[in-house]
Amino acid sequence: MATIKHCWLKPQLCGYNHSIMRKQKLFGRLVAIVVISFLSLYISLPRRIPVNLAVGKWQLEKTFFLPGIGWKLGPLSFSRDLQIKQGLDLKGGTQIVLEAQVLDVPESERDSALESAKTVIARRIDLYGISESVVQTAKNGQTYRLIVELPGVTDVNEARALIGQTAKLEFWEMPQAETESQQSQAQPQPTDLTGQDLQKAAVEFDQTSGEPVVSLVFTDEGRDKFAEITKRNVGQRVGIYLDGTPLTVPVVQVPITDGRAIISGNMEVKEAKQLAISLNAGALPVGMTIVKETNIGATLGKESIEASIRAGLVGLLAVATFMIIVYRKLGILADIALVIYGLLTMAIYKLFPITLTLPGVAGFLLSIGMATDANILIFERLKEELARGLPLRAAVELGFGRAWDSIKDANVTTLLIAFILYNPFEWQFLNTSGMVRGFALTLTIGILISLFTGIVVSRTLIRIFYVNDQKEKSKKQ
Amino acid sequence: MIKKKKAKNNELMKQINFMKLIPLYFSISGAAMAIGIFSLIVWRVQPAIDFVGGSLVEVELQDQEGNTVNEGAIRSALFDKEIEANSIQPAGEKRWLIRSKMSENIDKYVQSALAEKFSRVEVTRFESIGPALGKELLSKTFFGITLSSLGILLYVAHRFGGGKYGVCAVLAMIHDSLVVLGAFSLLGHFHGAEIDALFVTALLTVLSFSVHDTIVVYDRIRENLRKFPQEKFEPLANRSVNETMKRSINNSLTIIIMLVILTLLGGATVKYFSLALLTGTITGTYSSPFVAVPLLVVWNRLEERNKKSKNRN
Repeated sequence: MATIKHCWLKPQLCGYNHSIMRKQKLFGRLVAIVVISFLSLYISLPRRIPVNLAVGKWQLEKTFFLPGIGWKLGPLSFSRDLQIKQGLDLKGGTQIVLEAQVLDVPESERDSALESAKTVIARRIDLYGISESVVQTAKNGQTYRLIVELPGVTDVNEARALIGQTAKLEFWEMPQAETESQQSQAQPQPTDLTGQDLQKAAVEFDQTSGEPVVSLVFTDEGRDKFAEITKRNVGQRVGIYLDGTPLTVPVVQVPITDGRAIISGNMEVKEAKQLAISLNAGALPVGMTIVKETNIGATLGKESIEASIRAGLVGLLAVATFMIIVYRKLGILADIALVIYGLLTMAIYKLFPITLTLPGVAGFLLSIGMATDANILIFERLKEELARGLPLRAAVELGFGRAWDSIKDANVTTLLIAFILYNPFEWQFLNTSGMVRGFALTLTIGILISLFTGIVVSRTLIRIFYVNDQKEKSKKQ
Repeated sequence: MIKKKKAKNNELMKQINFMKLIPLYFSISGAAMAIGIFSLIVWRVQPAIDFVGGSLVEVELQDQEGNTVNEGAIRSALFDKEIEANSIQPAGEKRWLIRSKMSENIDKYVQSALAEKFSRVEVTRFESIGPALGKELLSKTFFGITLSSLGILLYVAHRFGGGKYGVCAVLAMIHDSLVVLGAFSLLGHFHGAEIDALFVTALLTVLSFSVHDTIVVYDRIRENLRKFPQEKFEPLANRSVNETMKRSINNSLTIIIMLVILTLLGGATVKYFSLALLTGTITGTYSSPFVAVPLLVVWNRLEERNKKSKNRN
């Protein structure tokens, strides 16, 4: 015999308890559901709501702005602007995947070379002023890649130009003007010392003060060049420029002839690290080749959003209508649960936040179809139990209990597949494509929330609005 | 009131003898699989640039006087500039998909080549993937499929053991993947549908549906077996199918409604993805009562026949 897991499995034993099911507890649940729904509704609403109402003479034309969330509790802070994050395929933009030519770079330095390249490219993009751009490193076995996402950049050539070149590190002489007449000659002058001559830059700590410093080691050729420059410029500044912008402008204290220099000054460890990475970027110009380009025009992105919203609304309406036609009153309750499901999901997308892509939207819509599954399982069980002649309340509880086992089972395999597709541990032998992951993520979230709305929300609604209502009806008769 | 209810109950209990038509189901499935396998062998599938590398340019074109936009006109415009196009397909109004093995700056070349023949050329989408990356994705996808199938197999084994239930559930799953793959091989041959990473995603998702649908029916069969140990297997299996049919159809219908709408309205990017999910959901729903259960029934018949002949001996 099956073991008794839930007390509602045996209504003959404790069904009576349920019939005097603490009304308070039920009411408490309803209140919690309502509160969560309204919170989700608030989060789900667009942040900018234009209102244009005209009733007779009275007119209201105003745009309401809803604020985001910003909490701070000691060291913990949580802030969200509560905007839907759109992936490149919705927003339009360019993604470029670059592969570093690491063959001539020693294995131990490949990671830092990739890191340097990332810093340089990120800096270029920043200079260019592209908001929400992303530069990610992706190491996979022996391949070292950078994934660059440029939202809003719809011209691939522009994007290519932006990141195509390798970083250029230069040393500039910056003579100080001693007299007015020398002013014209005192312009900063590039020297023949470049990133090619720098062997390595690293963060070290000053042995006496303990402050972080950046050490430079030049190649043999670089040593001679650097010696020349420092001899000429004792007491003066020598600027180190990366791609034409000064990184640091240290003063030369003494001529340096051994090819080893230290840049000191009030630096935080983080700053020093950043400087070393930037210097290495010039020092280790890793060749980068483009292995993948994706470009979505702004019009296509806009169309995709419109298509998704249209499909979503039509689909939701169709499913809701279907449920009402097939299950009547129970269908209405299921639809309410479905709306709550939609609100909750949207709120979670915004809170995490989750970047929505087109397949992600498909995953969301698919999960709406699946969300009704829990309800259908329960309703069909309920009908069966009623057909067997069980009283309504017992049938409801038994239906839920039995259905729950099937619902659990039904979702295990889908969750398993979604897990493999999402690849949360970034296993190298599995896919890491953004599209596939977007789908897997929204599908997983959808299933989990649908379990909640299917079991908790629907059950509470049915207990309150269906069971009680039917009781009253039968009393009247 | 009570009488009315009882009458309704009887109606509910009325059963259709689904198991009578087992040969029909097997012929339908057999035919679907045969067509699919034929297409897979003869035409194979159209792999997307995800897997083989290359580039895809989507352009929006407007006619110029004396030059209506059609495949031939585009092909000749590209040919004049020595751009090798693997395929040229319409993608909605005024839009065309051009696929090519070339990748370096192909979007620029295509744009300038077409600008000479048509009045307005806009590149709405562009994708280019190096061959090495394609190979890598292919092997990753292979691992993904292997791991997923293994996971599902383990789950089925956990639920049903290695016995007939497990084997039949897996056979039904193979049936579903063959149907979806076959459908896309045909679609690829006649409509240029491609197998990309998203298709594989759809296929795996569909497999999970298929298994879950089968699990629901099988669970009912085992529940009934426990309840009515005296009953013969075939009517019992039939009753289980009857009992779960409505739930199964209603549930799949909500998913199918969503997917049909998504295929029609969701835009070009997810059209084939939705279609793969749709095909899979339909065959997955069909296969549980009409493949998985009949397989079990036939298995049982064979078992009994064996027993009888042993007894005779």
